[in-house]
Parts: sequence; structure tokens; C-alpha cells
Amino acid sequence: MSEPVATPASANAVQVDDTWLHHVSHVLRSNPVTLLAFVLFAGIVVIALFGPWIAPFDPMESNAARALEPPSLRHLFGTDNLGRDVFSRVIVATRLDLTISVAAVALSFVVGSILGSLAGYYGGWLDAALNRVLDMVMAFPLFVLAMGIVAALGNTVENIVYATAIINVPFYARLVRAEVNIRRDAGFVRAARLSGASDTAVLSLHIFPNALPPLMVQVSLNLGWAILNAAGLSFIGLGVRPPTPEWGIMVAEGANFIVSGEWWLAIFPGLSLMLAVFTFNLLGDGLRDIVDPRTRT
Amino acid sequence: MLDVRNLEVSFATRRGNVAAVRGIDLHVDAGETLGIVGESGSGKSVTSYAVMRLLDPAATLSATRLNYGGIDLLRASERDMRDLRGREISMIFQNPRAALNPIRTVGQQISDVLRQHVRAGRSDARSKAIAAMEAVEIRDSAQRFRAYPFELSGGMCQRIVIALALACDPRLLIADEPTTGLDITTQKTVMDLIAKVIRQRNMGAVLITHDLGLAAEYCDRVMVMKDGRVVEQGVPDKLFQHPVDAYTRKLVDANPRAGTTVRELLPNESRSPMPCMKGASQDSLISVDRLGKIFATAGAPVHAVREVSFSISRGGSLGLVGESGSGKSTVSSIIARLADASSGTASFAGADLFDVPAHRFARDPRRARIQMVFQDATDSLNPRHTARQSLLEPIKRLSSSGAKEREARVRELADLVGLPHVLLSRFPHQLSGGQKARVGIARAIAVEPDLLILDEPTAALDVSIQAVILNLLVDLRARLSMTYLFVSHDLQVVRMLCDDVVVMKAGAVVEQGPVSEVLHTPAHDYTKSLIAAAPKPPARVESLGATRISSHA
Repeated sequence: MSEPVATPASANAVQVDDTWLHHVSHVLRSNPVTLLAFVLFAGIVVIALFGPWIAPFDPMESNAARALEPPSLRHLFGTDNLGRDVFSRVIVATRLDLTISVAAVALSFVVGSILGSLAGYYGGWLDAALNRVLDMVMAFPLFVLAMGIVAALGNTVENIVYATAIINVPFYARLVRAEVNIRRDAGFVRAARLSGASDTAVLSLHIFPNALPPLMVQVSLNLGWAILNAAGLSFIGLGVRPPTPEWGIMVAEGANFIVSGEWWLAIFPGLSLMLAVFTFNLLGDGLRDIVDPRTRT
Repeated sequence: MLDVRNLEVSFATRRGNVAAVRGIDLHVDAGETLGIVGESGSGKSVTSYAVMRLLDPAATLSATRLNYGGIDLLRASERDMRDLRGREISMIFQNPRAALNPIRTVGQQISDVLRQHVRAGRSDARSKAIAAMEAVEIRDSAQRFRAYPFELSGGMCQRIVIALALACDPRLLIADEPTTGLDITTQKTVMDLIAKVIRQRNMGAVLITHDLGLAAEYCDRVMVMKDGRVVEQGVPDKLFQHPVDAYTRKLVDANPRAGTTVRELLPNESRSPMPCMKGASQDSLISVDRLGKIFATAGAPVHAVREVSFSISRGGSLGLVGESGSGKSTVSSIIARLADASSGTASFAGADLFDVPAHRFARDPRRARIQMVFQDATDSLNPRHTARQSLLEPIKRLSSSGAKEREARVRELADLVGLPHVLLSRFPHQLSGGQKARVGIARAIAVEPDLLILDEPTAALDVSIQAVILNLLVDLRARLSMTYLFVSHDLQVVRMLCDDVVVMKAGAVVEQGPVSEVLHTPAHDYTKSLIAAAPKPPARVESLGATRISSHA
């Protein structure tokens, strides 16, 4: 060997699968619960995208002659007090509920990550000021705060998204701040500075990506929580208005009929809500494993 | 006292069973100290955990015999084992701070152990704990009783851990790397203390270490382990002077010791001729004048570095030696321009180095000319970046080359440091310690710096890997005509790699000069004590007889 190398390091003979797809399939295969969560999630996304075509009936079309029919082969989830097909309404509602929660979580993820990264990296007065603001937000009962925001800004779907995002920002900011702070002086960060990386590059390319695994767990829990929050706001009459199909409103309207024995009006949208939250919560571990290169063998 | 036959331990993992210990026999008698030496992954710690039955639930343990003083440890219930641990067999762990509960005072922790084994009641626990602390020569024990672990130095914490281990008069003591992470002078006092107590109480002991010098000095009998097997055992002097097994020979040779060249650390077959060093030129590349660094704290400001001056000539190599807290790392980060100095000046290639503050130095044209290799290769590589990405980072930012040239440069660097190309697409956790060290060095030399700062680059490596990396550094310096600032606590390593040396203590320089002068005729007491406290690794006696035995083996 012409190189001035005393002894070359031995190459391990084991071939490493490096493609991202390999890694994802490995994560899914190694954990059946994660696989179940991803299958359920894929199902929910498909229903959200193609809901209007899947639904057997027009979710808005009322038919007084067929009002309050119990579940049957024709109407799988029965019909409501106006004779609308509950099954179709549950399916069509998926898109709206999913959009609200994903948009809200995405917004709080971005805002929270930026705030948290800056606070964790620079520290000092910025950190102190941001922490006090976040403390103030968290001091309110969050649902009441969301109610207040929607009531003040106006009763629209966008405002539900904003309200849900605002009450979630502190959780992301806190988590990112802590993750960034512990890596601020890590060896690889010092090495990046030696390589000529500016503060922005160090923060966005080196430190922040390392905070992704715990963030993914937070995202998935938050998605479930956001969908409940949106449904909760609709339930109490804020945000989405009837007759728009939305799980929260459907549960609220159906609740009146439970006492008289028409349970299917509230139960089915409620179960969908539960299934969605359940799926998102299960998703967390899998998402974390996918974004963590250390779980690659 | 302890009698183990054919001990096997394996761990169930995702990829099937991994054997950690593959059939070893060992016995320890009262009053005898057995040394187990080996590099990481040799199974030496697992062996001791197996004896204590402290293995992870994923482990399976089997042995034809595992007896302690007539008790069959294989059949003993967990309850019996709890009773034995601490009272009969006791253990000193590697990291004293991790072994102590941070929120309880050290005295309370000793009292807890005493009461657990009914050696003391509520009323006399305190006085007995203080007695136990006095037994390990802790001064002002009554006051130290109320101290929390974070208030004590590393050496003092290790004394507390020893006091805990000895509180109930065990008959067998297992010490797992008891001095790793301690300074050389502290290491010596701690080891002397352990040896003294063992002798006084006529205990059996097992000393697990990677340091052959320690094993030779403190053990009656030594076992060398590799890959879960014992490759050789015997009386230390004989074993190390005339090792029969090839691995033992390699291990003995790899230890930096007095009078060897860096090439002699390597096994015979892989020694290449020493590169010819172009003598250092007269003009200095960097000179530092009365450097000072003060850290503002809640209390009084701390002078981490005061009045440090030195200069390194172009192509030269300077060793910066000191124990923890001596300020050597602070000096190296100031020169690497990762931190600002509080006072003093430095000139680099004739111009003021401190004219650009550290936080803006990333954009300075001189950034590429001063690079650094970090102490902990694992910590210094971004866990989300492959080796290739890590190497590309400085090339992309500090040189103006196209994508093709960059890729070629990465391959060239990998060749320079002896890293096979297939490893370039691996993440740090998929690389071994030595491979990570190579990536760290390759990254630092990627933009061909004039000055390379090496901050204990081999401190976290096994000796055989250290030998290879040190040789690599010597070769690279000759080939790329770089100037080295080599920070280390190991005087022998500095002797082999450096021309001049600066000895630091408590932020100030106590002695400086040519390596041979300072190490052979030290003027300052501190340098003398550093040299005296360093364990003397055994040297192999290379005689015809020994060669003949080995060729038969």
C-alpha cells in the first residue's frame, strides 16, 4: 500500500442496508404494533382523501321518511333525525377533522421548534423571556383558552386551527429548547463550527435534526389531542357549524337522542374519533424509530 | 474462596445469541489479588457481573461450577444473593459518580448499607459510617458525612465508593476499572489505598483493568482475556516479560512505555519504517503570550488559565500536559478559536489571531488553517450524519470544489487515514471506536490545516487501537507537514509524538522545554510527581528463548 497507513481499519463484512425504504420496512417489520398503527393511519388518510366518493349517500341530503332508522344493511350506521345517512356523514367528516388537526399540529410544530431552538441555542434574555411567555400560556386551562381564542377571533375553521396551534406551541417549544440546549456544546457542534458552519447552519443542520426523535412522539400524541380539541370545540358550538358533517358536532347532536334509545347517532362518530386518536397515539414510537438513524442496525 | 469452572454468558439480541464469555475458569483465594486484563469487549466486566449474579435479564448464565466459600451461587435464590452482595462479595464500580445516589449525602448512603446488612442499628449507624470513612483515609469524616457526591472530587467520590464496598467487611472485593477517569496522581493514591485495605483484611480481590501497568503493580496473578476466553494467565512479571500468546504479546507491546518509539507499539509484522521528519523550521507558526481566561461564576470569578505563553515552530509538535482542571483544554479551545481569551495575545503566521472574535471565526479565511481532533470521537460526530457527510462538511464549507472533486477528496482522505470506502456510508453508531477516531482525524485534515490541535485523541481508545492511531498521526504529520499541538495526560504518548512539552497545573505553566529534558530531568516537583505516579507498563523481554517458546505455541 502506497499510503502512509500503519494498519487499515478492518471493514466489517456485514452489508448495511442504507436506503430509507429499507429502514422503514425494517421498523415496521420489527414492531407489529407500529405496523398496525401505520395501516390504520393509511386507512384514515385514504378515507379522508376519497371520502366523498366512498360514501354511499350524500351526507347533506335529508329524507324525513327515513329519519332515525337503526343500523341496517342499507344504512350501516343508521340515519339521523333528518334522515341523513350516518355512515356517509362519518366518512365525509374524516377529511375536515384530519385537516384541522394536521394543520394545527404542523403550525405548532414549526412555530414551537423555531422558538425553542432559538431559546435553547442562544439562552440568556431571549430564553428567559420566551419561557415566561410560555408559562403564561400554560397557566390557562388550555381548552378554555382555545374557546376564548375562537370566540374572540370569530367562528371559522381557520380560527380553530390557530387556537389549537397556539395552545400546543408551548409543548414543542419546551421540548425543543431542552433537546437543543443539551447539544449546544456537544463535540459534533464544536466540530461543525471548526468546519466553518455559521450559527444558523449549526442550529438547523446539526442540532435540530437530533431533536427529531422525541419530537415525533410529541407530534403523534398531539395529533390525537388536536383532533379531540377540534371536535370538542365543535361539540360546544364553536367553530364548525351544522349541518357540516364533523365528528364533534355529530356527537353533540346525537347526544340528545341517546336517552330516547337512538344510540347510533352519537356512538359511531364517537367511535371514529376514538379510533383516530388511538391510531395517532400508536404512531409515535414508529415515527420516532423511523427518524432515528441509530435504530438502523 | 471463589471457584468458577467453565463459565459461559450469552446475551439474547435482535440478531440471535451473542456469546460474551465462552467458558472460563477462575479461582481466587483469600489474600490473593487476581487481575483480569483485556480490551473492551473481551468479557472481563461481564465475568464479574456473572459472579455477582448482576446480569441483565437478556443474559443466560451457565457454569459447571460457581462456588463462593462453599455456597453454590448458581442455585442461590435472589434473596440469598442480595444478602451475599455487600456482606461477603463487594464491588467497586467504574464511575464513582454514577455509583453514588446524587441526592443523598454520602454518609447516609454508607449508613444505609450498614443497616441493610444489620451491621448497625438506628443509633450507631452514623458512628459506624464515620468509622468506615476513616478506614479509607478520609480526613474530617464527621463533616464529609453530610456532603453530597457533587460536592466531592472524583478521587474523594471513589474513596466513598470504596468505603461503601468495604463497610460490611466483605471477604471478596471485585474492582471493575476502579481508577478510570481519575487523574494519574489520584489513581495512584486510590490504588495504594485499595491494596493496603486488601492486605490488612486478608481479602480476596479481583481487579479488572485495561491497564497492564496497574495489573503488574497490584496483582498476584493475571489473566488475559480476549473475546470471552482466557488466552493466557500467570504471575504478572513472568507473563508480561515472556508472553506466550500472540495477543498478549501485542497487548504488552502496544503500551506506551519508557524508551520506545511509536513504531515499537505495533506488532512486528505491521511496522513500517519511521517517516523522515523534516526538522522544524526556526520561524514560529503560532506563539501565545500571557494567555488568560476567566470564567464568571455566581461566586468569585475562576481563573481557568493564567499567563500561559509558548510558541510552536512551523512543522513542530508541542505537547500540552496536565491533569483535569489544569486548563489545558481551555487553552486548546482558545487556540482553535472556539472560545475567546480574557487576556493575552497570540499570533498565527505572523498576524494577530485574536483580532476576530471566536463566534465570527467560522467565516474567517484562517478557519481552514487551524483544525482540531476531539477527545471523544463518538461525541464529535453528528449521530445523524454518515462518515461521508461528516467528511464533506468542512470540504463544502471551507474549500471551493465541485461535487466530483469533493467525492474524490473524501475517498482520498479515507485512504489517508486507512478507512475502507465501504464504511463511508455508515452512521457513527455502526463504526467501532478506532474507526470513529479515523473519521475524526480525516475530517480535521480535510482542508489541509497548518496547525492541528489534538485534544487527547486516543483517550477513549483501547491500547492496541491507540498504537495504530498514534502511528497514523506521526505519518500524517510527516506527509502533510502539519504542526501539532498535542493535548494529553499521558507523558509517554507525549514523549513519542512531541518535540517540546508544556506542563500545566491549575491554569498555569509549571515547566516547559524539550521533551527529553523535561521528562528525564524534571525541574518542578509537580512534573516529578506526575512521572512517578504514572503506572509503569511492563516491557517484554525479547530473548531468543522467548521467541522459541512462542514459535512452538
